[in-house]
Amino acid sequence: MILSLKDLGKTYASGPHAVQALAGLTLDVAQGDCLAVVGESGSGKSTLANLILGLFPATTGEMIFDGAPLPARRTLAHRRAIQLVQQNPASALNPRRSIGASVRLPLDVHGIGVAAKRDEAVTRLLADVGLDPAMAARAPSALSGGQRQRVAIARALACGPRLVVLDEPTSALDVLVQAQVLRLLHDLRLRLGLTYLFITHDLAVVRAIATRVAVFHKGRLIEEGATEAVFAAPSTPYTRSLIAAVPVITEEEKAMRDTLARGAS
Amino acid sequence: MTALLDIRDLRLSFRLWSGTVEVLHGISLSIARGERVALVGESGSGKSVTARIVLGLIQELRGARVSGQVSLDGQDLARVSPKARHALRGTDMSMIFQDPTSSLNPVFPILTQFREVLARATPGISLDSARDRATSALHEVAIYEADRVLASYPFQLSGGMNQRVMIAMALANRPKLLIADEPGTALDVTVQAQTLDLMRALVASHGTAVLFISHNLGVVREFADRTYVIYRGRIVEHGPTAAVFGNPRHAYTRALMAAQPRLTGGPLPEITERDPAFDAPAEVHS
Repeated sequence: MILSLKDLGKTYASGPHAVQALAGLTLDVAQGDCLAVVGESGSGKSTLANLILGLFPATTGEMIFDGAPLPARRTLAHRRAIQLVQQNPASALNPRRSIGASVRLPLDVHGIGVAAKRDEAVTRLLADVGLDPAMAARAPSALSGGQRQRVAIARALACGPRLVVLDEPTSALDVLVQAQVLRLLHDLRLRLGLTYLFITHDLAVVRAIATRVAVFHKGRLIEEGATEAVFAAPSTPYTRSLIAAVPVITEEEKAMRDTLARGAS
Repeated sequence: MTALLDIRDLRLSFRLWSGTVEVLHGISLSIARGERVALVGESGSGKSVTARIVLGLIQELRGARVSGQVSLDGQDLARVSPKARHALRGTDMSMIFQDPTSSLNPVFPILTQFREVLARATPGISLDSARDRATSALHEVAIYEADRVLASYPFQLSGGMNQRVMIAMALANRPKLLIADEPGTALDVTVQAQTLDLMRALVASHGTAVLFISHNLGVVREFADRTYVIYRGRIVEHGPTAAVFGNPRHAYTRALMAAQPRLTGGPLPEITERDPAFDAPAEVHS
């Protein structure tokens, strides 16, 4: 297991109220998996991402990464090993910095390779995500949404992470661009042996890219399993209703959805 | 049969310092009374500006040049005065937007805003009759605790509740045409599904025609009678929804369908973002 979560919980205190965003989460993520974290707003999926990234401490429980507990204060090595790709590439990139400089920054911060060779590494990273390395001098504003998301992926991969947290990485993209980025993410995972925690609300995307699915509802993990198995026979009514609500485009999908919906009622 | 909304060869360009940008290259589209028609396309394709031209909003921008014909119920909208066009908004035609919470005013309770909407058709409507009519309009969208909702501010209600309030407001004056721009996109899937079901039932019972603007193929398939696919300011394919989805003929429509991940699984396709075939002439299903 690359990541084991044990009885993880997070409560946000706001004045006299306390909101339990995540409770009693026990979950294992195997090396090389793409685990989709699915749920509606308020389900706790973004809280989970923030806890794994160490952006704030958990209230209860512990996280074991690569055999050792993740401390509340992360070391540089932890930050290097766990990287993030955000939803909106337009706001994730510094508008004043060229995309080449954005991809280079983590190499400088983590002191990866010798300084003189880092521009070569940037060239290779941009090529890895399907961008023309000649674009390195451009500002993010000169790129399309899909190209910007590729830059954000190149930046996350720059320091050779083990685990990449992808927070709705394609939901701001058009469908043609989404298909390309999903394919890129899939290929990179296999080629580089990466592990993904893929946060999304789109179940069709889950089906296309995830090896395992974890369904969250109101801060609790209610179902977890291999993607095929969860879609073939969801074990909870909530998961069934989630699948039944997906707008679909083919008769085949409609038939599958209707079968599940009948099971739910 | 005359169409309720008839758009012919609609062109739009913006004059900028750097030159002229062509946005729409001759859009033709028609909607019959009570018909639900979808305009589906990606960002920048021109679908939202088309809706805003129908409402007469783009024409008020400096630098925008609109040509072609837009007529509502036989009335050519280019020939009516800006004042008369203003009078059509909120009465004969109304619009609902993508994000319900930001399209309601956060500093007024729902009742105040509802009364303003009702006053478009009934100037000087009293607070009591506005409350009565708002209550029955909210009943239609399955909100039964109307008193609480009408006294609330938008931020005190959930996104799904706000969306239903918007639908109730948009239909309160019994418009002939409802323009819905990506309704429900900002909502969770289960709430989105409920909202669309509700909206479909309501427009069907009132006989309201809908111009439904969306980038989501699945939502379009479930909502619309007929579908127009728009790409870079041109209609590339249109016809009955079942025909367009069952047998897409244009290269662009096919690419869109292939790119949509399926609930039933299947490999991720190899997709190109641009292809000369996407600029081929429009395909029309009869």
